[in-house]
Amino acid sequence: MAPTLPDVPLLNVADLACRRGGRPVFDRLSFALGAGELLALTGRNGSGKTTLLRALALLVRPEAGTIVWQGANVQDDPETWRGQLAWLGHLDGLKGDLTVRENLLGAERLRGRPAADDRLDLALVAFDLNALVHRPVRILSAGQRRRTALARVMLTQAPLWLLDEPLNALDVVAQQAFRTVLQQHLAHGGLAIAATHADLGVPGARTFELAA
Amino acid sequence: MTGFLALLSRDLRLAWRRPGDVAVVLAFFVVATVLFPLGIGPQANILARIAAGVLWCTALFASMLSLDRLFAADYEDGSLDLLLLAPWPLELAALAKCAAHWIVTGLPLAVLAPLLGVTFGLPPEALLALAATLLVGTPTLSLIGGLAASLTLGARRGGALLALLALPLCVPTLIFGAAAIETLMTGEDLLAHIAILAALALVALATTPWAMAAALRQAGE
Repeated sequence: MAPTLPDVPLLNVADLACRRGGRPVFDRLSFALGAGELLALTGRNGSGKTTLLRALALLVRPEAGTIVWQGANVQDDPETWRGQLAWLGHLDGLKGDLTVRENLLGAERLRGRPAADDRLDLALVAFDLNALVHRPVRILSAGQRRRTALARVMLTQAPLWLLDEPLNALDVVAQQAFRTVLQQHLAHGGLAIAATHADLGVPGARTFELAA
Repeated sequence: MTGFLALLSRDLRLAWRRPGDVAVVLAFFVVATVLFPLGIGPQANILARIAAGVLWCTALFASMLSLDRLFAADYEDGSLDLLLLAPWPLELAALAKCAAHWIVTGLPLAVLAPLLGVTFGLPPEALLALAATLLVGTPTLSLIGGLAASLTLGARRGGALLALLALPLCVPTLIFGAAAIETLMTGEDLLAHIAILAALALVALATTPWAMAAALRQAGE
């Protein structure tokens, strides 16, 4: 069932501008996102989708503009802002020598909180990882690693998901699993911004096309 | 603090899964040190005279060996982004990485050094002093090395550049570490030298985490 959208969007991005290597990637970019909304970033290769995601996470310093979360400028309190984010980059961010389980629990502890077993089980089931849980990530296939990384995103329970090509390397079944998880996240009032070329299967998702 | 301990235990676990990485560092330390008695010959008075300097220098080189992977591994697999996005200070994360490096490198070096000191004919009290100075001095090497590793992250020829950056900064620690062993022969106060080593470690502890965090943020851009 659809959540009631609040009048004020949770995330307000205004006049954001970024440069990479002296070249402007995007300029005066503005959008707002409310609870339960998905923003799909599209555009050609090199149009700045990843840079925009990194700028939103404050991994890249924006040249100009503001990012406001729940009425507060996130640059004033970056630590709180980072606590609201779940990140999936184009790299999976997994340790090859650790098992799937160790990677997932370790990532949760790195966020400063212990992972409850029931939440871990939910994430493992959602991405069909139960058979792989004690295998070192180094021997997994690219798609299996991506599923592990997506399970990590799900575990965080963070309100805003920033996803860079989440469907990369996933087979049809795993893509469907991800769509289900994403829809649940949105149904619970979560937000997501995803750079993607494929359809994420969320009805009513907003699309933002970045010009190359 | 939860995050700090989580990162520290993760890095120790990773080191445990790859014991070869630590073994190579310790083997280098042993081989490089043993070359000196072989090259100089069995003149006991000369060997005992240079032992402290040699052991400190080879310990310094050995601790540089594994540093280029300190942040590079996280940089390459995307884990660095997760550290940068952890909702606690990046300075603590840098410190946790250096602490893990010290536990798997500095600590074993300090334990191993007295055994190697025997091949130089050092007296028992000098062996103890050697272990004590290395124990107090190697944290500085891990911190300065961590700083150099963060500054050279993503650079080509990072390893050589790293050593060029770190080694000069390690000179004060080297001087006081090696000189501390001399005090046993000259009758000076050993504790004073150890106190200076500890002071150098504290200065490194108070300054390098901030510089490392700034360098890591820059590397993440």
